[in-house]
Amino acid sequence: MIRFAKPAALSLVLTVTAALPSFASVDIAEVETPGGLTAWLVEEPTIPFVALEIVFKGGTSLDAPEKLGAVNLMTALIEEGAGDLDARAFAAARDDLAASFRFSASDDSVSVSARFLVDTTDEAMDLLHSALTEPRFDADAVERVRAQVLSGLRSDAEDPNAIAGRTFAEAVFGDHPYARAGDGTPDTVAALTRDDLMAAFKGAIARDRVTIAAAGDISPEALSSLLDSLLADLPETGTALPGPATISFDGSTTVIDFPTPQSVISFGQPGIARDDDDFFAAYVLNQILGGGGFGSRLTEEVRVKRGLTYGIYSYLANKDLADLYVGGASTANARAAETIEVVRAEWARMAEEGPTQAELDAAKTYLIGGYPLRFDSNASIANILVGMQLDDLTPEYLETRNDRVAAVTLDDVKRVAAELLDPDELTFIVVGQPEGLAPGN
Amino acid sequence: MGLLNRLCAPVAAFAFIAGGAHASEDGISQFTLENGMDVLVIEDHRSPAVVHMVWYRVGAADEPLGTSGIAHYLEHLMFKGTENMAAGEFSEVVRANGGSDNAFTSWDYTGYFQRVAADLLPQMMEMEADRMTGLILTDDVALPERSVILEERSQRVDSDPGAQFREQALAIQYLNHPYGRPIIGWRHEMEELSTDDALEFYREYYAPNNAILIVAGDVTEAEVRSLAEEYYAPIPANPELKRRERVAEPPQTAARRVVFEDQRVAQPYVARSYLAPERNPGDQDRAAALTLLSALLGDGPDGFLSRRLEFDAKTALYTGVWYGGTSLDPTTFNITVVPAEGVSLEDGEAALDAALAEFMEGGIDMEKLDRLKRQYAAQSIYEMDSTQGRARKYGVALTSGLTVEDVQAWPEVLQSVTEDDILAAAREVLVPQTSVTGWLRAPQAVASEVIQ
Repeated sequence: MIRFAKPAALSLVLTVTAALPSFASVDIAEVETPGGLTAWLVEEPTIPFVALEIVFKGGTSLDAPEKLGAVNLMTALIEEGAGDLDARAFAAARDDLAASFRFSASDDSVSVSARFLVDTTDEAMDLLHSALTEPRFDADAVERVRAQVLSGLRSDAEDPNAIAGRTFAEAVFGDHPYARAGDGTPDTVAALTRDDLMAAFKGAIARDRVTIAAAGDISPEALSSLLDSLLADLPETGTALPGPATISFDGSTTVIDFPTPQSVISFGQPGIARDDDDFFAAYVLNQILGGGGFGSRLTEEVRVKRGLTYGIYSYLANKDLADLYVGGASTANARAAETIEVVRAEWARMAEEGPTQAELDAAKTYLIGGYPLRFDSNASIANILVGMQLDDLTPEYLETRNDRVAAVTLDDVKRVAAELLDPDELTFIVVGQPEGLAPGN
Repeated sequence: MGLLNRLCAPVAAFAFIAGGAHASEDGISQFTLENGMDVLVIEDHRSPAVVHMVWYRVGAADEPLGTSGIAHYLEHLMFKGTENMAAGEFSEVVRANGGSDNAFTSWDYTGYFQRVAADLLPQMMEMEADRMTGLILTDDVALPERSVILEERSQRVDSDPGAQFREQALAIQYLNHPYGRPIIGWRHEMEELSTDDALEFYREYYAPNNAILIVAGDVTEAEVRSLAEEYYAPIPANPELKRRERVAEPPQTAARRVVFEDQRVAQPYVARSYLAPERNPGDQDRAAALTLLSALLGDGPDGFLSRRLEFDAKTALYTGVWYGGTSLDPTTFNITVVPAEGVSLEDGEAALDAALAEFMEGGIDMEKLDRLKRQYAAQSIYEMDSTQGRARKYGVALTSGLTVEDVQAWPEVLQSVTEDDILAAAREVLVPQTSVTGWLRAPQAVASEVIQ
């Protein structure tokens, strides 16, 4: 009854390049507005709404050390009242239009994700314009949201994942803003004034650092005039962006004692720049080592063969100001030491031997075949388009990206594995009560 | 047991009208194979990809007593191979073609899906049909996977006081019905799950007449019909398949309380739940009223609880309301109140009860109700953007006993809800005597200590 067996299944793999969908449906228009803004657009007329992504570089890294948390709190307050509308009136006006705006801050950016219906575009953009140019920072709203942020900080102090992330950043980034707590500390957040928030707003939301993408039922002309109305009144320049981070990994294992049945393990070493000639080889390498879930070496060795964890992963973390290679897992305290040993051993084995041809082929066909599948909705297309611009790519990248993955050879990956992977630099942070690992370094 | 099975005739097709396919205006068609397998096709030609899903009408609430977690364990084990596929090979083939695959388990369903380029659909069907009845399990692959699900439980539940608290609260919400058991399972029972337990559960429930095929994306109904006939139709139905009939809850006659203490709790809160009716085929009115009730109380800064507790009295840092009406058996209506700093859990709970009483006296903010209805109408447009989300919405509904017609009627049912419907639903469900109230907090004696 079953007509295929292994050989037949393998033949599927071999025919995959012929089966690849094309990018015919993803046609990027570069929109240059009269007001001097640039945006990328994919027009998709079948559903009457638009997804708009606006990213301002900088984010919480713009906070001065004594004002930590200002950008984060400011971002959370953008939607809590603007112009004539207080927080409740603003929410009601937005909901009347069935629009949604999401504002979020990271250590690299403040992002605005908007979606709105075609027939109420003007009203929705007027409202968003108001939020981006005349937020109120009303005292009661500030206190309400500040209390929520402080509660989050208290919870983070008892959350092993948050503790691991904070410890990792402090260990790696020295005195760079990346080492600091982006959401602030209880003390700095408690001390933030309305003036601080206004200063953070003016410093973070400016035209000299904006990247824009849209997907949906809107023409380039309409998008152009929409953006000029929306962003014309923003300050031309904001707070100076910090310089590149100097990162340090000493290969140590740091244990933070915390009462929990599972140890949270974070690990990392230096990464590789997005524009490095070897980036694609490194990207394929990570897919094989720890980026691919099932089939990747870390998952096979740690989860499938030994049952040590529910999940283990690694990825190239290309931040705006630092390039890292990081990963993580959660594992029973009794087996945390074993997990770390396996990770370090796999790191060393890959550095010495590289992958097999079969692993390389499987990783490449996955990355090549999977790429077109990412472009499956207005929301994801707008996100990808903004990310491409932030990586200084051109629209033509869509056509060349898979060729560059395909061009990676086994020799390339072996060479990059030997150069990039350094088990002696691989640094571990463990939060929990791991057996056989002493607290401290 | 066999006799009982035969007496309870299989009715797997209950969610569908058997017969010819009919496409509705939004590119959806349905049909049933001769072996009882239901098929739903959602056409969306924006991107040259498809989502291929097989949903089984079985979940954690169908597990034999003493084997909690077996439905989810089996879901993991479904990737461990057949006569034709080695362990892990299913996912390997999907990945080698650039696709992604995964699976999920709830109380009412277990689902498997792949997202691939459209022309790989035949291979996905061939492999999924293969493992519908061809799973081969041995201890050498199954036992390490049991360690994995135990680690999954450690990660999701045992490391998270909030999750442990929710597990306890749900267990006392359902005295008799299996929704009170965690999907992942109780640890002491998970530790004893055997390969045979998994195979027994598999043979009982994995069959075409207990499955729903959903294909969404760049395909046509005719293509799916022809492929489904080729790959799924040859699998014989399981004539022994039991009807899903679970024990019912007795009437709740006393309010129940649970206090969960853990030194890692930095932010205490109150969680309230009430047993509530679910969406039923042809009868979704009360569930629609409860859906709007939850939004009137809890949605945004103009939700009633947010207005009263966060903005006016400032007794709460956060309020949230959640009602999940898509469920095979009676569900819950849930409210969370995070007290403001300096407000005790007791006072936070009292403020909640006062606000609920006021809501039921004071009628409904009609502007807010209109606004919510506009948002629900717009949701029908926004949700068209996610093919996988649409497929999943139908899968959840169909495994919860609803029909395609129910799903398509739902937006209209929501629009037709009146103020009176909502107040009646509130008075029926939000009854103090039939509530479960939970407090999550740090141990009182050491609550002021800083623990690191």
